[in-house]
Amino acid sequence: MSTPLLQVKDLEVAFRTQTGLVQAVRGVSFTLERGSSLAIVGESGSGKSTTAHAIINLLPGTGHISGGQVLLDGEDLAKASQKEMEEIRGRKIGFVPQDPMSNLNPVWSIGFQVEEAIRANGIASGRKEVKQRAIQVLKEAGLHDADRRLKQFPHQFSGGMRQRVLIGMGLAANPQLLIADEPTSALDVTVQRVILDHLESLTRELGTTLLFITHDLGLAAERAEQLLVMYKGQVVESGPSAQILQNPQHPYTQRLVAAAPSLASRRIQATGSISAAESAIATDASSAAGEAIDLIATAEARAEALEAAASQPPAIVVENLTKVFKIRGSGDFTAVDDVSFQIAKGTTTALVGESGSGKSTVAKMLLKLEDATSGKIVVGGHDLASVSGREMFGLRSRMQPVFQDPYGSLNPLRNIGNTIAEPLTTHKIGTAASRRERVFELLDQVSLPRTLVSRYPNELSGGQRQRIAIARALALKPEIVILDEAVSALDVLVQAQILRLLAELQAELNLTYLFITHDLAVVRVIADNVCVMQKGRIVEAATTDEVFDNPKEQYTRDLLAAIPGANIKLGA
Amino acid sequence: MLWYTGKRLLQIIPVLLGATFLIYFMVFAMPGDPIAALYGDRPPAPGVIDQIREQYHLNDPFIVQYFYYLLGIFQGDFGVTYSGQPVNEVLARTFPVTIRLALLAIFFEMVAGITVGLISGLRKGGIFDATGLAVSLVLISLPIFVLGFVAQYFMGIQWGWFSPTVGTGAPLEDLILPAIVLATISFAQIVRLTRSSVIETSSLDFVRTAYSKGLTRRRVVPVHILRNSLIPVVTYLGTDFGTLLVGATITEGIFNVPGVGRTLYQAVIRGEGPTVVSFVTIMVLLYLVVNLLIDLLYAVLDPRIRYA
Repeated sequence: MSTPLLQVKDLEVAFRTQTGLVQAVRGVSFTLERGSSLAIVGESGSGKSTTAHAIINLLPGTGHISGGQVLLDGEDLAKASQKEMEEIRGRKIGFVPQDPMSNLNPVWSIGFQVEEAIRANGIASGRKEVKQRAIQVLKEAGLHDADRRLKQFPHQFSGGMRQRVLIGMGLAANPQLLIADEPTSALDVTVQRVILDHLESLTRELGTTLLFITHDLGLAAERAEQLLVMYKGQVVESGPSAQILQNPQHPYTQRLVAAAPSLASRRIQATGSISAAESAIATDASSAAGEAIDLIATAEARAEALEAAASQPPAIVVENLTKVFKIRGSGDFTAVDDVSFQIAKGTTTALVGESGSGKSTVAKMLLKLEDATSGKIVVGGHDLASVSGREMFGLRSRMQPVFQDPYGSLNPLRNIGNTIAEPLTTHKIGTAASRRERVFELLDQVSLPRTLVSRYPNELSGGQRQRIAIARALALKPEIVILDEAVSALDVLVQAQILRLLAELQAELNLTYLFITHDLAVVRVIADNVCVMQKGRIVEAATTDEVFDNPKEQYTRDLLAAIPGANIKLGA
Repeated sequence: MLWYTGKRLLQIIPVLLGATFLIYFMVFAMPGDPIAALYGDRPPAPGVIDQIREQYHLNDPFIVQYFYYLLGIFQGDFGVTYSGQPVNEVLARTFPVTIRLALLAIFFEMVAGITVGLISGLRKGGIFDATGLAVSLVLISLPIFVLGFVAQYFMGIQWGWFSPTVGTGAPLEDLILPAIVLATISFAQIVRLTRSSVIETSSLDFVRTAYSKGLTRRRVVPVHILRNSLIPVVTYLGTDFGTLLVGATITEGIFNVPGVGRTLYQAVIRGEGPTVVSFVTIMVLLYLVVNLLIDLLYAVLDPRIRYA
């Protein structure tokens, strides 16, 4: 047998910091045979991207390989000189980076950046030849009008198009190995599927070996033959994809499989503090029977609650809502087009769609951060169009938002206590002492220690920050919470925690949620009803089960089919 | 782009009006009689004084004087200095000298500043970087007149590298030393700006992607790091132009350069209203035009910027 294409042996990567060396990757080993595919899975900070960067020797900042070997065709890349690495990159190892928005130089045209890669790897020489090859590369990557768009700049391309350009650049020199570092994480699901399908057929055609880095277990299993699960810089489990998904051995992998929303199939049923999802995670043979009964009981309780809610007046009524933006030079743009829906008290309605579908604009109009062009929004019996400023102020206390980015939505200069208490002070509720008491109560509700009160946002993790944002939203005891991509920026395990928390809070406080997301997988575990939006219109609206089991619109079917790992059967 | 340029040019009008008014008012409010200053110890005949006052509208109220002045400007006439020369002539004689000095200074500060800043940024934390930072801090802290006299004494007189003063016609080789002095403070700023910009750009994703394509360092540094890092530096040049004009006034005094700065300084001392106002107006105009050019250049450097 020939030597494997890539052999990583006991790879260690360290970063120098002020407090000494920090090990980011500890003793990672794996082998990649020619023409095979391997996915490294893990949450942020697990060292999966660092491993990828170590292979091509492009570690950021003070990062360096502190031990082990990276053997490409038997040659140790860890010891290669800068010049040798420059020969290997592009030619032997192609790289497709994570974020299409930041990985193209904004000041150079697309053509320039592709041609530069072709010239650097000696694929072609001479202006005409290089340009021909650039067009060919881009066409192969799925950019059909490449010849026309060579002169355009990155900002004139959509995210999906940019990712195609990056894939084209990565494959420009027909490398033997392609490292794809979260190549589609920043993209809409349907775009993601198209791009990954294309990448798959392209690499199969060229016989390229694929090393795939992702945080999405379902995606990894679907796209790679072998899986490597990383946690805190170490490999915790590796083997054939199907085997790992169906029979995870390591506790971390088990939790990851249980939490992956793309693999889950039921709405979280909250009963008090123990939720179905949590029990599912804890499942072992002895308690399985008891859990099953519990599941049925909670499902029935949920169904009763929904029936009760249906008999009350709805919390939110939206009728024929339309929003038109005036765009200088190119006329009007209808972001939201004749949208109508109702949300019953104590239930969750998900608004699903890809970026640009108008879902966030609906949320902004509901919160009256944006005025509707036409149509009606009734919240708790008040028509938003006719409420006075003072009434709106009162109404805002009953309707609170949680936004997507937990890093951007907390003021870094205010400590956690003040952040959570801010809605209370704004609405002049209680005394300083009672507000402090309420802050403690809220921290308890979102399962954070009370000691966080005096800490600042930069000291907290993303998941903790999102909990703070939720606590702030709950401070005024609102009836309605509008969650705009509130879990999209979080790792799967944290995402599962937050979703569970939301379900529990809903059961406890009878909250009404409008849940805005691009991720249908998340919808399944949190929502009662779903509205699917496309280009500003609601194309399908039904209960979550109906949408998932019996989608009527082609667009919904596309969205569902695009959920990675959706058709992977999990073992018992 | 054309529409944007037009809009910006139109904006110059109110700014110019406001600037001339303020300067005119300030000159008017200066204590002392310009005619007395003109004649020194030997007072002229009373009739002469009256005649001069009449000629320069000095008996009219401030606002009327201002309008007379404005009227002149719109006819391309900037008035006459108290020594009888048309201001236009003085402008035509002095501005080319100062422009040459300023361009030379900009050349020095750009070439040296960007080079040093780039090397510092690429070797962040190294000896070169540490030295560069320390030296630039010293240069920023030094007042330009101290630097000017020190440079003139050592490089001009003691070591004789350069001519210590500028001769008639202000030949280019005489302007080198004043230009270096003038460039110094901005040089230090540009070093620091380029350095931090290079450091920031170096850590951006597209730089890593550029390397991953197989590009050599020799290509990545100028094409992907330097090119992007220059955008804030170019923006800085706009505001820096103002600093240069101020610096020119002092530097020209020290090195006896027959330029705008020295002439303006003398006119301020003598209280020559029309001369001061005319010079400053032209400077304001120049500043506005330079900043417009820089904004347009900005759009060329960064294709994401589109003016509408």
